[in-house]
Amino acid sequence: MTVPAELAHQIAARIRARETSAAEVVLAALERIARHDGELNCFTAVLRERALADAESLDRRIAAGEEPGPLAGVPFGVKDLFDVAGVVTLAGSKILAGGHPARRDAPLVQRLRAAGAVLVGCQNMDEFAYGFTGENAHYGATRNPHDLARVAGGSSSGSAAAVAAGLTPLSLGSDTNGSIRVPASFCGIFGLKPTFGRLPRTGSFPFVHELDHLGPFARCTADLALAYDALQGHDAGDAACAMRPAEPSAGALGQGIAGLRAGVLDEWFAEGASAQALEAVERVARAFDSAQRVVLDEARSARAAAFCITCASGAELHLDRLRARPQDFDPATRDRFYAGTLLPATVVGKAQRLRRWFAGQARALFERVDILLAPATPVVAPLIGQKTLRLGDAEVPVRPNIGIYTQPISFIGLPVVAVPVWAGANLPIGVQVIAPPWHERRALQVAAHLEREGIVGARGFP
Amino acid sequence: MNPDAPAPALTPAEAEAVPPAYHAGVAVQLAALREQARLVEAFPLPDELEPAAVFVP
Repeated sequence: MTVPAELAHQIAARIRARETSAAEVVLAALERIARHDGELNCFTAVLRERALADAESLDRRIAAGEEPGPLAGVPFGVKDLFDVAGVVTLAGSKILAGGHPARRDAPLVQRLRAAGAVLVGCQNMDEFAYGFTGENAHYGATRNPHDLARVAGGSSSGSAAAVAAGLTPLSLGSDTNGSIRVPASFCGIFGLKPTFGRLPRTGSFPFVHELDHLGPFARCTADLALAYDALQGHDAGDAACAMRPAEPSAGALGQGIAGLRAGVLDEWFAEGASAQALEAVERVARAFDSAQRVVLDEARSARAAAFCITCASGAELHLDRLRARPQDFDPATRDRFYAGTLLPATVVGKAQRLRRWFAGQARALFERVDILLAPATPVVAPLIGQKTLRLGDAEVPVRPNIGIYTQPISFIGLPVVAVPVWAGANLPIGVQVIAPPWHERRALQVAAHLEREGIVGARGFP
Repeated sequence: MNPDAPAPALTPAEAEAVPPAYHAGVAVQLAALREQARLVEAFPLPDELEPAAVFVP
């Protein structure tokens, strides 16, 4: 497999310069998907007719002298929990497959299209977004483009693997406990989980209302920032979406990191991490003039609280389906949802209060540092079907433990760019570049600097 | 994971809420969930600290 060199901003520039057409670009993407998706299993639906019609429409607008947008003709895919007009939103489930097609695109899909991008398909995921491996009992596992025997990571598995493999230069995913950052880590690409409330979740199938975030994947920071800028803006359909003006980031990528104080998260975020994960964080930390080890107190308890809220809220959301059609759930999802129905409400209430307390700890830490660094995952991508992994001296189940470093961060809604590092192995591993609330631009600025210095970056395939 | 540890089991009250075919799998997941819940329950918080209705980071 070879990855085409063209990135989203390069494609858009060539289309705007009329060196190529949107139809040619989209057709080439559809051909790559047809050639490679049989082995990768990234897509649950390829929207060939719609994509070609959109591309031809864009070409006509360009020919008429209209402004085509900053993502002109860029093919993209979306995790199959975003509503796409005319398509049943599966959320990785068999149960929803019998439902009605969505009547309109989700606002984030509309916004990328308004910026000129062309939707080519819906992408595979863990059932109801409850998983970190991308192994789905109904639609199969998404395979890691760097090693087909390994998982792509989840739950936004197809979205990350498709970008890593060069099937499309952009995609959209969701992140409740790490579902953008984990697959970005395993697939060796960039992923942005914005601040909780930054991007509207309207028109996306929920997992845990109080923890769900949406965000983009890309193979470079310029593309990630372009997509993020196109996605920003309030939407009244999401009660948690903040009334904040868009804060464009693409123009800030060249600002560098001089004067920024980095904090390397210690204790919980280093315990059990593999040598590759620790080396990756060290490499990133060395780029800063000033980097110190810091502790985010009680991250273990915060992770436990996120774990409990996820299980209980997810169970509440799916209770009717669980009672009516338990046999049609992925067994791994079903058993955890049932467990969630048996968790006392007192634990969930306490976990919600702990969330507010823990957010205060992070705010205090950000008075001493400007950016935090931590591994995105404790290990590189496990094998498909692998049941346990080693964390320090302990052998632990794979599924709940891949997200141990991402869960405390999304629990308090901090913005994160996951950046890909190649630390000694042929497999990538991600580092979380974590900023204070509403400072996505700072995290992107750091990621762009690391990319320019050659410390992080996506790779092609032999 | 201790391979010699007894397999987790649901209490009779819990078992009533779950179809028998899924008891074994749910018991394993519930044991893992309880481990996390114990950490939450043991965490000291001031009485006046309240959760946000819509969370603001």
